[in-house]
Amino acid sequence: MQAFWFGVIAVLWAGFFVLEGFDLGVGVLLPIVADNDLERRVAIRSIGPVWDGNEVWLLVAGGATFAAFPAWYAGMFSGFYLAFALLLVGLILRGIGIEYRGKAQTDSGRRWCDAAFVAGSFLPALLLGVAFANLLRGVKMDAQGNMTSSFFSLLSPYALLGGVLTLLLFAYHGAAYLTLRTEGEVHDVADRLAPILGVATAGAAVAFLAWTITIRGGWVSIVLAALIACTLIASLLFNRRDREGASFAASAITTLLVPIWAFAALWPDVLPARNNAAWSLTVHNASSTPYTLKVMTVVALIMTPIVLVYQAWSYWVFRARVTGADVEGDAYAGGVGGIVAKARHSASEVLSSNGADRAGEPSGSSPS
Amino acid sequence: MNATTLARWQFATTTIYHFMIVPVSIGLTLLVATMQTLAYRRRGTPAGETWDRAARFWGRIMLVVFALGIVTGIVQEFQFGMNWSIYSRFVGDIFGAPLAMEGLVAFFLESTFLGLWIFGRNLLSPRVHLASIWCAAIGTVISAYFILAANSFMQHPVGLRINAAKHRVELTSIWKVLTNSTQLVTFPHTILAALMTAGALLVSVSAWHMRRSRQDEVDPVHRKVAAMALGVVLVSAIGVSLVGHLQAQVMTKQQPMKMAAAEALWNGKSNAPFSLFAVGDVSHGRNKFDITLPDGLSILATNHPSGHVAGINDVQQAEAAKYGPGNYKPIVGLAYWTFRLMIGFGVLAALIAAAMAVQWRRGRMQVSDRLLRVATWTIVLPLLANTAGWLFTETARQPWVVYGLLKTQDAVSPNVSTGLVATTLIGFTALYGVLGVICFRITKRIAQAGPDSATEPVQEPDDVLSLV
Repeated sequence: MQAFWFGVIAVLWAGFFVLEGFDLGVGVLLPIVADNDLERRVAIRSIGPVWDGNEVWLLVAGGATFAAFPAWYAGMFSGFYLAFALLLVGLILRGIGIEYRGKAQTDSGRRWCDAAFVAGSFLPALLLGVAFANLLRGVKMDAQGNMTSSFFSLLSPYALLGGVLTLLLFAYHGAAYLTLRTEGEVHDVADRLAPILGVATAGAAVAFLAWTITIRGGWVSIVLAALIACTLIASLLFNRRDREGASFAASAITTLLVPIWAFAALWPDVLPARNNAAWSLTVHNASSTPYTLKVMTVVALIMTPIVLVYQAWSYWVFRARVTGADVEGDAYAGGVGGIVAKARHSASEVLSSNGADRAGEPSGSSPS
Repeated sequence: MNATTLARWQFATTTIYHFMIVPVSIGLTLLVATMQTLAYRRRGTPAGETWDRAARFWGRIMLVVFALGIVTGIVQEFQFGMNWSIYSRFVGDIFGAPLAMEGLVAFFLESTFLGLWIFGRNLLSPRVHLASIWCAAIGTVISAYFILAANSFMQHPVGLRINAAKHRVELTSIWKVLTNSTQLVTFPHTILAALMTAGALLVSVSAWHMRRSRQDEVDPVHRKVAAMALGVVLVSAIGVSLVGHLQAQVMTKQQPMKMAAAEALWNGKSNAPFSLFAVGDVSHGRNKFDITLPDGLSILATNHPSGHVAGINDVQQAEAAKYGPGNYKPIVGLAYWTFRLMIGFGVLAALIAAAMAVQWRRGRMQVSDRLLRVATWTIVLPLLANTAGWLFTETARQPWVVYGLLKTQDAVSPNVSTGLVATTLIGFTALYGVLGVICFRITKRIAQAGPDSATEPVQEPDDVLSLV
């Protein structure tokens, strides 16, 4: 049962990496792929309907850790105190940046929102890697399961390399996503950027995975590491042949496998003590009682398939590529007064008129 | 100041802030879903058109508030581990379960369907679009249920056994935790308060618009919304008080100190009066001036005018005998005043709504300018009442964090320094302050701009398009 919950938490992190990975990546890449307001709106719109649902994977991973391994939750969050505080600040900034951008009435307001979104994407993308690397490397602990490492000792070269890896990985995943989900200038820049980011990610991944093998892990994690390398290369090759769907799928598998690999290397520890192996938190000494795990298993087995079905459905609903025309509504409403009535028609009318007069509009033609 | 004090300040600051937002977003989501249902049911008619515009207008405000609720909620999920690691280890076996369930059952539902609702207006059929706002609304209610079940465990621990060797409590029955008698009264109290809060917001904004336009030019949206909101405020105010009465009785049994502190009742007595307003030193039991309702407290606590209510000194003695020597008294002045302010602000909001409803019926749908001016401020009252209620229930439980099992001073993270807690306390407070100002200004601007009219263009972009 403890092994099962270790696996569930790995899966929740995998879900978070693969989903929030691309929308963090979109945030990190925003200043590069978009250099006018319209392009920024296209990029942000591509994650607009789904980013919040993606972020919930992190909340559930945190909640599941609390429920299944309280000592791990308590030790990790109090130990990585400042790192998690920064992560939270990042998540607050990006949430507000995304949601309030459309409410801003001035250019400077929008610039603030963009800055919050970019900084709030950059921080988590980096810090998640740092945190995972520290788990793999082990931390200093006391006999009560409290971490004694200071914040700056958590910023070892190995941990920073881990941070760079997740940053690049999410950026690449984000580029693959934008390539698949947008049209126009954003698509083209992301497409050109992807190979560069992919090669850089591959470099960081090889260095980090090789370094990790010298620290911990068995043959399972070595096999997974090899698999990560293969899927990343496959994604790059698909990108070269302009097979955007396949390229994104392969980058999704890569991103998904990274936390799976980290958990495989970690097993059976959950918070390894570098100074004294006997003080490590493991799945055995950090877990809840069998009864609690049983209760949570029943809930997870019922709810997870339901969640997966409706989240998948929501991606299906928003499957169409985002174009400049999709986000021109703001310009209509703010400037060209007469056309605003269009946005006010009932849903079906808008839907039918959309197809007719937007098909003819060249994308990206709006003034920025 | 030590780390425990700062960690408490941080929890109080972030939680009170979060709880300013959340009742509004829970109540408002339910009311917007109701408006959209009315629009859907009467589609094609003028009334349906009005409700449609109402749902869009209030939906915009709901989203602004909701966003702030989401981002401040993330902090709540992780704060236990960061500042309260000993607490987390002690209660995790029980407390973690409702938190994880909240994420799995409620957060996914809210976030996914809210995304579908915002961006899916033109992609989904009207029926499915309507269903998605209801899914989000149901998500907020489920979320409240689980988190209040977790809080109720702190007020009245049930379904557990103590494992002294591992220094933790262990779950023996999830059903007892989820159907805790405290929870069964706390949950309706909170949801009704949320509806009352959102109703008051509707009243405020509608009153503002009704006051500004000439009587015959008032947008029908504001009239319809105000009528609905007055009903919601009045009905939920009655509900809140009835449930609050039950809550007081449960509390008297489970946490006698809390009830005694709420009344600043130092020595137990039968036929205990309910103090309405006291001047003097309530925290030391020397009141210079005290207006009371005879037998009020006895009726509130025991349903009987001559019922006996234990006093602070009695409970202190009993708890010291049970748990060992120590101070088991909360800050009595704080408990006394927050309890009164919670009730007082709630009653005041209900009175405003009642006065409006009476004038409205008498004056053929007209309300006097003076009353409208007062009504514009209605929203402030339930917000203050919510804050006071939250402060009361948490501070009057002290020194316990889990009643009878773990004291707050023994719950804080031992490895987090005072400096670190101070850093994050200042950081979060500053960030929350800035966001609060931004949220308020955006809400105010959208609220004052009013709903989209059928003929004139408005400054505010349509919500479907404006969030990108």
